[in-house]
Amino acid sequence: MRAVWILWLRQIKRYSRSRSRMIGSLGQPVLFLFALGYGFGPIYARAGGGNYLEFVAPGIMAMGIIFNAVFGGIEIIWDRQFGFLKETLVAPVPRLAIVLGRTLGGATTAMLQGVIVLVICLIAGFHIHHPLLAPLALLFMFLIALVFSAIGTAIGSVLKDMQGFQLIMNFLVMPLFFFSNALFPVSGLPAALRIAVRLNPLSYGVAGMRDALVGRASLDMATDLAVLGALAIVLLGVSSFLFSRIEV
Amino acid sequence: MDGTGGEALFQPEGMTREACAMAAMIEVHDLVKEFGTFKAVDRISFSVGEGTIRAFLGPNGAGKTTTIKILTTVLAPTSGRIKVAGYDPVRERTAVRRAFGIVFQDPSLDEELTAYENMQLHGVLYGVPRKELRERMEALISFVGLWERRNDYVKQFSGGMKRRLEIARAFLHQPRLLFLDEPTLGLDPQTRSHIWQFVRGLSREHQVTVFFTTHAMEEAERVADDITVIDRGRIVAEGTAASLKDQTGTGTLEDAFIAVTGRDIREDEAGPVDRMRMMRRAWRGR
Repeated sequence: MRAVWILWLRQIKRYSRSRSRMIGSLGQPVLFLFALGYGFGPIYARAGGGNYLEFVAPGIMAMGIIFNAVFGGIEIIWDRQFGFLKETLVAPVPRLAIVLGRTLGGATTAMLQGVIVLVICLIAGFHIHHPLLAPLALLFMFLIALVFSAIGTAIGSVLKDMQGFQLIMNFLVMPLFFFSNALFPVSGLPAALRIAVRLNPLSYGVAGMRDALVGRASLDMATDLAVLGALAIVLLGVSSFLFSRIEV
Repeated sequence: MDGTGGEALFQPEGMTREACAMAAMIEVHDLVKEFGTFKAVDRISFSVGEGTIRAFLGPNGAGKTTTIKILTTVLAPTSGRIKVAGYDPVRERTAVRRAFGIVFQDPSLDEELTAYENMQLHGVLYGVPRKELRERMEALISFVGLWERRNDYVKQFSGGMKRRLEIARAFLHQPRLLFLDEPTLGLDPQTRSHIWQFVRGLSREHQVTVFFTTHAMEEAERVADDITVIDRGRIVAEGTAASLKDQTGTGTLEDAFIAVTGRDIREDEAGPVDRMRMMRRAWRGR
């Protein structure tokens, strides 16, 4: 347990010490928030969708979270190149504890990043409808972060160098973001796209956050929680299996 | 292994009878490691008695680091029987990991953390009790002369300082067995002698077994009880420094080393990319 804690703490320290990364990774969500939120706002309202900024803000928060979470997982590759990975690999602790510490740490920092985006959204004119449900939104943020952190850890355990990074971003993370309900509502989508969105785990996280922040408590939220929670556990198992097969 | 060790020389096939009889901290029998068709380690056998200091010498690419990686559980052997501190590094990894400390050939610190934090992380991973951890950290960081710099980030350290910190870290959980893979690379003579003195002291007073590699022959001669020489994946000589010199009829260990390993200059040990290339070449040849 102490091993999980100290590795969690390491991720937090690394995050809080690299201001440039913290600020740099805010650029993209902020850009999306202002360009899409304000840009599509009028046309969305005219189409009868209501306030687009309110709709898209949880999606943008999710964006901030998943990019950070995946990146945090892939950091294993840096650890491999800078050599620190060996230190953890020869340590007498179960691989699951190492993966848990890293992944929980990565998920925590990604969630913090999501909270920062939330604050920016609030400044930009976003309103939380039910402050009582806000903690539930945090839970969804954390689960999204955990799922994507575990995905990043799995990828980082398999890749040997940063060459494949662009591939992962363009063919996994970006599609997961765009083919979700983050930027547009599911209703009225072409069938194929609708199925893709339904199968995408991110959709459940965004739906949950949206309900908690601007909607209402509903049974859907329980489904969303169950799907994300189960997926997080499965992915943690997969990533600790892949991690345990690393040889240096 | 005995002190005279004459018959130990040129015994690539087995180990000395004396070594078998002693309580062994490391036992290796017919160890093989292949990367594709390349045999990095080719049926080596040796044993290291508890509380002794063994130098593991060989030219670049001889198989030293591969052997250490297998003994320290980070690389799986192709075949062979191994016991480290009485446990099997393949099936009883955690028990083996608990028993040894290691200084790797290349850096293994987290540069974004401070010296103190690196030590603390190690202590917690190895389950050192909190109170003892503080005392030991203080003693060890002071020992390697980094106490004043303990709160600085490791990325601000020179190569030698990082090395010293890694050495202090390897001792932190008080292992019974120490692997030192070229530990003094890049250190000045003062620090080298300081560290070797400490290692010898540990070995004498606490029966710590030390297994180290080096290219500095005088270090091997001065520090090690016994020497094992590996070349092209096979053990080509074993014994004390004196017996190696006797057997080869040479005056220095360096000459004895060259006598058993030849004068060719070797390629560096293959990294993952080289191994991949080698595999690809083997594949195309079919």
